[in-house]
Amino acid sequence: MQPSQNPSRANLAGWLYVSPLVLVLVPFFVAPILVVLAASFFATDGFGGLTPGFTLASYFEVLHSALTLKLYLATIKFTVLTWAFTLIIGFFVAYFLVFHVRNQLLAIGLFLLCTVPFWTSNIIRMISWIPLLGKEGLINQALLATGVIRQPLEVLLFSDLAVVIAYVHQLTIFMIVPIFNSMARIDKKLIEAAIDAGASRFDIMRLIVVPMSKSGIALGTIFVVSIVMGDFFVVKVMSGGGSASVVSAFYEDVGVLQYPTAAASAVLLTLVLVAIISLILRTVDIRQEITR
Amino acid sequence: MSDRGKGTFTSDPAEANARRAKKLSRRTLLKGAAAIAGAAAGSDAIRGFPTIWAQEIKDIELRHVGVSYSVVKAIGDQAAKDLGFKVTMQNLDTSAAINRFISQPNTVDIADLEGWQAKLAAKRSVIQGIEVKKIKEFDNILPIFTKGEIDGHKIPRQGISPYEAMYISKPDSTDLHDGVTEWATFLPQVYNADSIGYRPDLVGHEVTEWKDLIDPKFKGKAAILDVPAIGIMDAALCFESAGLIKYGNKGNMTKEEIDFTCNKLIELKKQGQFRATWTTFDQSVQLMAAGEVVIQSMWSPAVAAVRVKEIPCVYAPVNVKNGKEGYRGWCNGMGLMKHLSGKKLDAAYEYLNWYLSGWQGGFVARYGYYSPVPSTAKKFLTPAEWAFWYEGQPAPEVINDPYGVAMEKAGTKRDGGSFLDRVKNISCWNTLMDEAAYMNKRWNDFKVA
Repeated sequence: MQPSQNPSRANLAGWLYVSPLVLVLVPFFVAPILVVLAASFFATDGFGGLTPGFTLASYFEVLHSALTLKLYLATIKFTVLTWAFTLIIGFFVAYFLVFHVRNQLLAIGLFLLCTVPFWTSNIIRMISWIPLLGKEGLINQALLATGVIRQPLEVLLFSDLAVVIAYVHQLTIFMIVPIFNSMARIDKKLIEAAIDAGASRFDIMRLIVVPMSKSGIALGTIFVVSIVMGDFFVVKVMSGGGSASVVSAFYEDVGVLQYPTAAASAVLLTLVLVAIISLILRTVDIRQEITR
Repeated sequence: MSDRGKGTFTSDPAEANARRAKKLSRRTLLKGAAAIAGAAAGSDAIRGFPTIWAQEIKDIELRHVGVSYSVVKAIGDQAAKDLGFKVTMQNLDTSAAINRFISQPNTVDIADLEGWQAKLAAKRSVIQGIEVKKIKEFDNILPIFTKGEIDGHKIPRQGISPYEAMYISKPDSTDLHDGVTEWATFLPQVYNADSIGYRPDLVGHEVTEWKDLIDPKFKGKAAILDVPAIGIMDAALCFESAGLIKYGNKGNMTKEEIDFTCNKLIELKKQGQFRATWTTFDQSVQLMAAGEVVIQSMWSPAVAAVRVKEIPCVYAPVNVKNGKEGYRGWCNGMGLMKHLSGKKLDAAYEYLNWYLSGWQGGFVARYGYYSPVPSTAKKFLTPAEWAFWYEGQPAPEVINDPYGVAMEKAGTKRDGGSFLDRVKNISCWNTLMDEAAYMNKRWNDFKVA
C-alpha cells in the first residue's frame, strides 16, 4: 500500500490496522483482567459480598501462606516435567519429519497424522488413560499375566506420573508444530556444507539445528508452560484429587465465595506467567527469528 | 464438573415472555376485572392461589437451576406437561450454582438450594421469602423440616439443618429466623442420609462405623469425597468414630478443630491411606467398580449404580452409637428468586406446589432419595416400592429404577433399613462453616501434601 502523504490519514490507517486486535483484546482480555484486579483489592464479608475499597489484605494472605509456595512448587514441578518431555518428543518428531523424510508430501502427510489424536476433545484423550493405567487396567493386567509383577502397580494412575502422562499426551503437538515450522526453514545446503567440512552428526545438531530451531522451541515452550500453569482439570482428574495446582486452589476459593483471595491469586499467577514468558522472550528474540 | 457449561442462557426470551405475560394479565384484568379481583381476594381465604388461565401461562418459562441430582430433566418435563407452561432445567455443580445465584440472579427463576445456600442467598438478598400459606401441602411436610423434629426425636443441628435454614421473619429479611414463621427461604424437595459405600466381599465384615474408612487395613484402597465443605465432615465423622477427637460442632468447626482434622488427613495421605479423592458421582462409581477402592464415602444412587454392574456394594448403616457415628444429611430445596413477580411468580408457586404433590416424590424415591411429603409420594409408588424404599422391608418383587430398569432383586432389603431408622440417625448436615475460608485453605494443604 502506498504510504499516505497526509499524516492524519496515516494515523487513521494505523488505527484501522490495529483495531481488529484492539476490538478483541479490550473486551476479552483487558476488561476481565481489570475486573479481577479491582476485585483483588476489595474486602469481603465472607458470604460473597464485596466491599469496594482498597486493601492489600488478600495479597498479604496469599503471599504469607506456606500453601501458596507449595502450590507453586507442585505446579512448577508439573510444568517442568511436561515441558521437558514434550520438548524432547516434539523436537525429535519434528527433526525426523524435516530431515529424515525425504519426500516433502510424505513429510506433510505425517505431520498432519500427528494432529489426528487432537481431533477429539482433550477431556476424552485424558480420561481414556484411566482404563489403561488403572489397578485393573490393561497395563497392569498385561504385566500381571506375564508375571513381571505380582501386585498391580498403583503408581500408574492417580499419581503425579499419570498427570504428566496426560499433559505430555495433550501438549506435545504444541511443541511439534512450531519446531517443525522453524526447522523446515533451515537451508539443507547448510547441513551439507557442515558435513563436507567434517562436522559430526552431534555437531550439526548442536551447532546448526538446535540454534536455528530456537524460535520454535521458545514458542512451544510458551504454549506448554502457560497451558500447564493455567490448568487444573488434568491435575484434579489424573491425580485422583491427590494433588492440587495454583488454579485448582483458587477455583476452590471461588467455590466458597472468597472472591478477593481468588482474584489476588489469579493476579499473582498472571504476574508469574508474564515474568516467565518475558524471560523466554529475552533469551530468544522470536520476532527476529520469525522474520528471518 | 462435567456439568459445567451445560446451562443455556435464555434470559432475554424469558424476560420478554414475562413482559408479555404481564401485558396479557393487564388486558385480562380490564376485560374481566370483577371476576379476577374476586378470585384474587378470595385466594388467601381458601389457602390456594388464583387459578391461572391456560392461555396466559403458556408463554411463561421457568428456569430451575441447580445440581444434577436435584434438578432433573425428567421431572421438569413432567411438571411442564402437568402445568402447561415451559420448564427448563439447567445443571451446574454446587459451587458454580451458588456463584450464579449471587452474581447473575436474574438468569435464574427457581434456585436449587441446600440449607447453607439458602442462608447465603437470603444474606445476599437474591431470593424472596416463600409465603407458607400458598403452599398447599405445607402442613403435610415432615416436621424434620418445618419444626426440626420427627417422631419425638430432635433433629441434630450440627452443620446447617434444613429447619435451621428454613425461615425468615419477613419476605425480604436477610437473616435466618430461629423458629417457625410465615415466610420460608426455601421449600425442601429432596434429601437423603449419606454414609460409606463398601465392597462386602473385599472388606470382610459389616461396616457400621466411620472409622473403618481410615483403618490401615484398607491402606491404598480407601477414598474420600473432595468437596471441601462436606469432605471435611466425612473426615470428622471418621476421626470422632476412631476416638481421636470430640468436636463441639462438626458442621461449624473452630480453627483448632480444622487444623486437627486437616493435619490428620495429611498424615493419612502420607501413609498412603487414600487411593484417590472424588468429586463427581461418576468418579465414585468408577473407583468402586474398577476395583480401585473397597471403601469410600459415597452417595446412595452411586452404590446402586455399582450394584447394577453386578459388583457387590453395600451402603453402610452408620447408626448413631455412644454419641458418635451417624449419617451426614443433606437436603435440596427450591428458592424463589427476587425478580419473580406477577404471573410468573404465580406460576412459580404452582410449580412449587406441583413438586410436593407426589409425582416428583415417587420419582426420586426410586433412586433412594426421600420426599419431604411422603404421604403424596406414596400415591405414586407401588406398594412394593413403598415397602422397599420407605419401610425397609424385603422387596416383595423386583424393584426398578426411575427409568424402568431392574435395580434390586426380590427379597433384597434397603441398606440402613426404614426411612425413620435412617433419618433419625442423621448426626450432621451439609454446611458452610464460619471459618470456610480457613477450612478451604487447610483442605488445599491436604490436597497438595
